Amino acid sequence: MINKRLTLLILAVILIASPFFFPSNFYYRIGSLIFVNGLAVTGLVILIGYAGQISLGHAGFAGIGGYSCALLPVHLGLHPGPAAIVGALLSGGIAWLVGRPILRLKGHYLAIATLGFGILVAMVLANEAWLTRGPDGIDVPDLGLNDLLELVGIDLTNSQFWYWFSGLVFLVGAWIALNLYDSPTGRALRALHGSEIAARTVGIDVARAKLQAFVISAIYASLAGSLLALQNQFITPDVAGFMHSIEWVTMAVLGGAASVLGAFFGAAILTTLPQVLTVFQEYEQILLGLVMMLCMIFMREGLLPSILRAVRGREK
Amino acid sequence: MSKLLEIEGLGITFGGLKAVQDVGFSAQPGEIVSVIGPNGAGKTTLFNMISGIYRPSTGSVKLDGEVVTALDPYLLARRGLSRTFQNLQIFQTMSVLENAISGFHLQERGPILADLLHLPSMRRRAAAAKAEARGLLDRVRLGNAAEKEASSLSYGALKRLEIARALALKPRVLLLDEPAAGCNAVETEEIDHLIAEVAASGVAILLVEHDMKMVMRISNHIVVLDHGEKIAEGDPATVSRNPKVIEAYLGTDAQEEATHA
Repeated sequence: MINKRLTLLILAVILIASPFFFPSNFYYRIGSLIFVNGLAVTGLVILIGYAGQISLGHAGFAGIGGYSCALLPVHLGLHPGPAAIVGALLSGGIAWLVGRPILRLKGHYLAIATLGFGILVAMVLANEAWLTRGPDGIDVPDLGLNDLLELVGIDLTNSQFWYWFSGLVFLVGAWIALNLYDSPTGRALRALHGSEIAARTVGIDVARAKLQAFVISAIYASLAGSLLALQNQFITPDVAGFMHSIEWVTMAVLGGAASVLGAFFGAAILTTLPQVLTVFQEYEQILLGLVMMLCMIFMREGLLPSILRAVRGREK
Repeated sequence: MSKLLEIEGLGITFGGLKAVQDVGFSAQPGEIVSVIGPNGAGKTTLFNMISGIYRPSTGSVKLDGEVVTALDPYLLARRGLSRTFQNLQIFQTMSVLENAISGFHLQERGPILADLLHLPSMRRRAAAAKAEARGLLDRVRLGNAAEKEASSLSYGALKRLEIARALALKPRVLLLDEPAAGCNAVETEEIDHLIAEVAASGVAILLVEHDMKMVMRISNHIVVLDHGEKIAEGDPATVSRNPKVIEAYLGTDAQEEATHA
């Protein structure tokens, strides 16, 4: 069982206490990245952990969210903040359209279809240079929130601002995901994960429930993409890349796909690891694959649930 | 007046194999109709067609006069038809209580925004479903196991949990596929009472069961299948004397011996 209050408390304590241990400004940057990844992975927890559906293309939605923050200001003069919201709605809408046919597929077939979707988005972003400026990327305007805070006397460096802002967005995302878990919709998702046939016989519209999970998780990924673009003030089509999708799925699986707290730890470990092991940078993808394989062999429930189980087992 | 559940000429073929053909019968509120027959006679296949899991090749299923043939199970659930499964279909990672609550899905569901934000309206609906689910668990003697993980229960207890989940829908027609399989004598008797009680409340019950004593005791009407065809039907006394039924169950030699004896 997930304890909602405890999870939120732990996450809030981590958010507030971590900066006391940061030796330099650079660590705020890493922390912020952890929260951004954590947000996307929390979306995947809903899709993979609750509903039992896979997606290898969620970075595609991050691409849509990220590029919305770049393109809507350039082409329509929209402020990047609302642009992120428009991007999230757009991602949700596209997820709804794409999800309707592909969520009929199961297992490997669904994985391939979502993978195709992600690659499609990445290719459009890279090739439609008239719209996106192509593979070299595009500048993203400043959100301007940090300047506003300065006016009211809160003076934060850019990294510090993004640490706190991403952290808060992640906490809200975690709260919503935990709400969903213990709600009629969440129960329907977990039910269809357990037995699709039984779920149908208790009156659950399985196709609709899957679609809901897909759309919600797409919105999470889109907002994560927006946050990434806004804090980097720059975005390239890589954000929608296949490896990015895989990274997120690996984080979800490592943490324990059905647990929001696990999502955070999965994100934290795999975001920090490449920073610690900069020497191995070229082997990052090998590492990612290795983590995934070891998880599947030794800890199929993921890191957090496996550890909890082991601890509980020892108490008995 | 039309019957509550009316099945006509139902049949299905799997790649040329006629698994079930031309089966028809009906059920009224409060009636217990048992479907019996040797292994492989097509009982579960018949149930799967009635409950919308398989699409029949021929025939029709009517609920209250409305044709509901091959409607998705979730739509049938909304029309008051629910079922249990021979091979358990429990939500393994949920608690026992959550399994029961999920049976109240149609009653507790609401706008998704209320779920995402835990609005008071959603809490009220969920709390009502939870209270009713607890009542149901008490009814099937699982009240003490409510907080346990479903996968930790014994086979017999899981059977009862499935019945509780199916009852949560407050069905008009309930299909029970071997509810007493794997249960000991005491448990069987309990299920026996439970079925009679549910039927007495006006639910039409369709029962597949191998425990013949139980079938003979509680059924109002029995339909006998063999090789996918209906070979007999009637009240328990008539059916048990029917030579075709004895032949199907015991073979012709046995029947000869029975007549000689």
